[in-house]
Amino acid sequence: MTSHLVAAFLRLLTGITAHWRGCGPDVRQRIYFANHSSNLDAPALWAALPPALRELTCPVAARDYWTAGRVRQHLAEKVFNAVLIERKAPTARDNPIEDMLKAMGERRSLILFPEGGRFPGPDPVEFKAGLYHLAKKRPELELIPVLLDNLNRVLPKGELLPAPLIASATFGAPLRLETGEQRNDFLTRARQAILDLRQN
Amino acid sequence: MHDRELLYLAGGVLGLLLVASVIGWFAARRSLSDAGRATVSNLNARMRAWWIMTAVFGLALATGGMGSILLFAFTSFTALREFITLTPTRYGDHRALFWAFFVVTPLQYLLLAVEWYGMFTILIPVYVFLLLPIRAAAAGETEKFLERTAKIQWGLMICVYCASHAPAILVLLNIPGYENQNAKLLFYFVLICELSDVLQYVFGKTFGRHPVAPAVSPKKTWEGLIGGVTATIAIGAGLWWATPFTPLQAAGICLAITLMGFGGGLVMSAIKRDRGIKDWGTAIEGHGGVLDRIDSLCFAAPVFFHLVRYYFAVT
Repeated sequence: MTSHLVAAFLRLLTGITAHWRGCGPDVRQRIYFANHSSNLDAPALWAALPPALRELTCPVAARDYWTAGRVRQHLAEKVFNAVLIERKAPTARDNPIEDMLKAMGERRSLILFPEGGRFPGPDPVEFKAGLYHLAKKRPELELIPVLLDNLNRVLPKGELLPAPLIASATFGAPLRLETGEQRNDFLTRARQAILDLRQN
Repeated sequence: MHDRELLYLAGGVLGLLLVASVIGWFAARRSLSDAGRATVSNLNARMRAWWIMTAVFGLALATGGMGSILLFAFTSFTALREFITLTPTRYGDHRALFWAFFVVTPLQYLLLAVEWYGMFTILIPVYVFLLLPIRAAAAGETEKFLERTAKIQWGLMICVYCASHAPAILVLLNIPGYENQNAKLLFYFVLICELSDVLQYVFGKTFGRHPVAPAVSPKKTWEGLIGGVTATIAIGAGLWWATPFTPLQAAGICLAITLMGFGGGLVMSAIKRDRGIKDWGTAIEGHGGVLDRIDSLCFAAPVFFHLVRYYFAVT
């Protein structure tokens, strides 16, 4: 119940609409990867999914931000089903990739931000290696590029108060890691897939 | 609602919607060319939206002043969202935007609710006009400063200030001999605005040949304009009994509404064309965004309000 209300509130605040351009909202295990510029990205993208998908999708979120208060922690753990990872240097014990794989299990999908942090520009910067490692461990999963637009204008980095502009999430065609594809080639291809979604 | 004239107006509009819906239903059942089917499908989507808008507006009127004020406040908010979303703003505008949406817009409508005409009239054109740029300048980002500030102010003027003059008809006009009947006048105004849009569209599609401003909007033609305006004035004058005007006065006021409405549509088209977009949003199926539906109303509302205020109301 709470998650429906939170999702409705987020959709109202950001006006976020999902455009399923290259794939449909199928109930299938996937990794959604998107550009990252605002703390609203994960909640808004989660809210933009249809309810059936929302229950089975875990956004990957920064532990230091989302455990900074009781409300945020409750939202992250109970409402968004977030996978909380360390934003700072991952240690051998605190490996985010393993946390993500464990959270996914056999049924759940993931929302990932391969840039590794929030960047203010409209275009994503170079991707970190996380997406590549996940794709190598679970090569059968569909990797869906998602272009998030305007969320950085709704809640820019460093701001507390939102401006209720209309955001959008565009879902592209699935990617897969080709056998023998090099890490950098794959990451470049994935980043380009998001940039391509800007073309109408 | 014991006002019979208002019931007649409402009944007339419902009858019109019913006839149009039936025509649309029959048209959809005939097999037409692909282009014909697309037009019919679009027209039927527009009809559905008209039913919903009429129902919402009727409900707001039925609840008296507060319902209409709330409806227009929500409409202004949504239109402003659509406008600002498609306007390039930068990080330095963020605080100013927060104020525009969550302080200025509610305040403008609050002023209506407490019937403070003096402040209602100057809040946005004077105080917001001066204070918002100060806030944005203090944020320190100077790139394209004048452009950004001007665009935000323009959005507030059209989406909030001008639109708020429609519910102002209900709340701020004191017309001798027409006490407690302002709901009819608001209904009349909105009806004439939308009728003008629809009739210009119909005449344009049927007889349109010479565009008025082809670089701005190829669909606005002289035939559509003259036909639509004439037909609307005829209907508006015919409805004089619901208004405080004589038939001739009603015709004159309708001329003002329709010409301003046409101008509004033209101006907003020019902005959209410059930005390379077709609609301001997707909120209303078949019509586009909220701003696409109220653009002519926004330009006509202040003019109508002031004409009535100067010539018919006591202040």
